Amino acid sequence: MKFSWIIPVTAVFLAAILLTGCTGNQAEPGKTELTVFAAASLTGALTDMAETYETSHPGIHVVLNFDGSQALRTQIEQGAYADVFLSANTKHLYALRDQGLMENSSIGLFAKNKLAVITPASNPGNMTTLADLARPGTRLVIGTKDVPVGDYARQILKKMGNDSTYGPSYTASVLANVISEETTVTGVVTKVQIGEADAGIVYESDITPENRDRFLVITIPDQYNVIAEYPAGIAGSSAHKDEAAGFLAYLKGEQGRAILAKYGFALP
Amino acid sequence: MMGRRYFQGKNSLFLTIGAGVLITLLVVFIITPILGLFFRITFEQFLASLSDLVVWNALILSLVTASISTLVIILVGTPVAWINARHQYPGREIVDTLIDLPLVLPPTVAGLALLLAFGRMGLIGSIFYDYGISIAFTTLAVIIAQIFVSIPFYIRQARASFEQLDPMYEHAAKSLGSPAVPTFFTVILPLVKAGLIGGAIMSFARALGEFGATIMFAGNFQGRTQTMPLAIYTAMQGDLTAAITLSVILIIISFLIIALVKFKLRGYTER
Repeated sequence: MKFSWIIPVTAVFLAAILLTGCTGNQAEPGKTELTVFAAASLTGALTDMAETYETSHPGIHVVLNFDGSQALRTQIEQGAYADVFLSANTKHLYALRDQGLMENSSIGLFAKNKLAVITPASNPGNMTTLADLARPGTRLVIGTKDVPVGDYARQILKKMGNDSTYGPSYTASVLANVISEETTVTGVVTKVQIGEADAGIVYESDITPENRDRFLVITIPDQYNVIAEYPAGIAGSSAHKDEAAGFLAYLKGEQGRAILAKYGFALP
Repeated sequence: MMGRRYFQGKNSLFLTIGAGVLITLLVVFIITPILGLFFRITFEQFLASLSDLVVWNALILSLVTASISTLVIILVGTPVAWINARHQYPGREIVDTLIDLPLVLPPTVAGLALLLAFGRMGLIGSIFYDYGISIAFTTLAVIIAQIFVSIPFYIRQARASFEQLDPMYEHAAKSLGSPAVPTFFTVILPLVKAGLIGGAIMSFARALGEFGATIMFAGNFQGRTQTMPLAIYTAMQGDLTAAITLSVILIIISFLIIALVKFKLRGYTER
């Protein structure tokens, strides 16, 4: 039989793939791999922090997974492995805690944030005040209702609608101008940065020294703004709880705070 | 019996068992995740989610945009496939390669490329924008993204069908005095109908499932650009039951379409 070699060859290939697949995911020898799930708004700060942490802790390799907090929560609920979870609101982390998926004693706030409206530097929509967000035809990008930045944006718009300065129709008029709902704050920032949106509602920490000249910023007064609270905690299924606790101590310690402050976060 | 017919010789038993195991494994591999979706929600939950406006908005938007995309693909793709199958012209190979490009392009790359071309700051989009026309983040952008990623499926299949057709038919029609265009519609098209419909279905299915290019280029907005795959992705981050309902509906629709077309095609080929 001419083709009888196919099955043994396929079997060898499959065995090889299975073997490499099962063993290929090892960390560098002697290093502990610490998996950190972090809200997308922490992308700059945590990338920076992972580097300095690895330098001062040579035995640890930090693996970062950035996404909307709601997406990270779903991943953990569905069994994704994480050592540490850093959320952009308390809602998603506390939901995991209530399901028994977090180490309760490890949970604590580590950063605060506020929101702001950004426009491209060229300001194609000619936006100067928050009232302009309600002007018909404005192309606005915000987060979905589940991603913290979208949830906060809706809270702010509701507060403004309840205030006589903007009036009750304000909230609906602004929401009618939304052209896209992004699942991460980084998605909102990008759409504004490439000039496809007239405005976006993002965190103040998204306006960094590096991208400052690409945007115009319209600040949201404190009476309408919300304080975003960032909690951190160790995942219940973590196999490296001591190392995870060490990382959280660093995050809340002097070096961690300095990096967070550099990226525009307020500190608790 | 099968074994005797297809695998003759002393290895026939071994090969029959091997083929059986392989087919069983493949079927289990494909069926298991689909069953996983169906078992994860109760029928009551499914019905309850059906009253969710998100589900209907996404379903209608998906069916309408994928149908329009497929129609455009057939209208544009059929003549192109015919020309490339029957006529030699300078640069034909380059054109063929370019048509296939979206097949190997990751959809997110396609979406970014479309945004940088048709966005209001883009190469072409900026011209339209000067006339007050926005393309990105509209339903039109959904259709453009779908056409971009799924047109190669149709053209490949259509070209292959045309190439398999014996030129004798055209020559006979020509020698009987039939002009080229009527010949194409009355002689050639009926002969390759099955192949073209098969290609159109592949394109339609690809358009229905399109995610990456759409979310990059058309954005994510309920009722306007949020197609089924985008709605599933968004819902999964908040309401898993709604995400599963949407997935189940998408599977049922896809399955019905494939079944319907297979049934119809059988009619055509037997005729």
